[in-house]
Amino acid sequence: MKLVALLIVAAFGMGAALALADATPAPALDAYGQLQDPALQVRFERITGQLRCLVCQNESIADSNVELASDLRRQVREMLLAGKSDDAIFTFMTDRYGEFVRFSPPLEPKTLLIWGAPFIMLLLGGIIIYRVARQRSRLPLDDEPR
Amino acid sequence: MWKFLLPCAVFIALAVLFAFGLNPNRDIHALPSPLIGKPAPLFTLGDVLEPNRLVSNADLKGQVYVLNVWGTWCVACRQEHEALLAIAQQRVVPIIGLDYMDERGKAQQWLQQLGNPYAAVAFDTDGRTAIDWGVYGAPETFLVDGNGRVLFKFISPMTAEVWQREFVPRIDAARRGGA
Repeated sequence: MKLVALLIVAAFGMGAALALADATPAPALDAYGQLQDPALQVRFERITGQLRCLVCQNESIADSNVELASDLRRQVREMLLAGKSDDAIFTFMTDRYGEFVRFSPPLEPKTLLIWGAPFIMLLLGGIIIYRVARQRSRLPLDDEPR
Repeated sequence: MWKFLLPCAVFIALAVLFAFGLNPNRDIHALPSPLIGKPAPLFTLGDVLEPNRLVSNADLKGQVYVLNVWGTWCVACRQEHEALLAIAQQRVVPIIGLDYMDERGKAQQWLQQLGNPYAAVAFDTDGRTAIDWGVYGAPETFLVDGNGRVLFKFISPMTAEVWQREFVPRIDAARRGGA
């Protein structure tokens, strides 16, 4: 019985790990090419990968080919070249499009439930598994000779 | 006892969730605008019909106006055009157009063929004004009060019903409030 519980927990863990792993589709191309400064290019890729394309809501603006995404990439690029911080760029976007534009919402009091939900679920699931397992272990086994 | 109450509670919680989530009248892609209650972003752009004439919403300070974002590529904009013409006929508030991701020639043709409901149509050449307004599609229609604050945003084609239900009461309230 303990083995079953262990397997279930392991399956949960693997699911969570897969969900966290970064899927990397080919990025959309712009006429500008890469940023000259490699450090800026890295920041550019990270920021555009974390901004939602609001036209095709499950794609990031890094991956999307729609015109709005390309306009927003240009915006990010210009702000980076102007020396703006990552925070300033994210604030610029959320001021205009709302929190939904960010794939991972910042950890704030109002987002605690979002960030905490997986752990609450895991805890609840664990309690349920524990209780069920304990109850079953008290029952006689079906295949035991009577 | 809790074995009976718990499933009931879960059922009620799910029912409330589904009543909200599966409501067919809710547009799941429509997002609340963070601009509501905030100062409307200012723009000064060339007019679609007369490129040398500038259209600026700074000139509209003191009056309630509507900003309608559209483009000739947008099928739903064609769909709402009749309604916009009818609303413009009533002369309640000026409708300012923001032509977005478009070609000037096509836009001029559109207005000549279908009629022009706009007091002025700004031509957003590079999409920057649209970004400032948090536009992510078309049509989108904003209502701005006399103090230059965004009162309301409607995402979807405008209809006479939507105008009566969502816009008219807000315009009346804004005018009563002296804005």
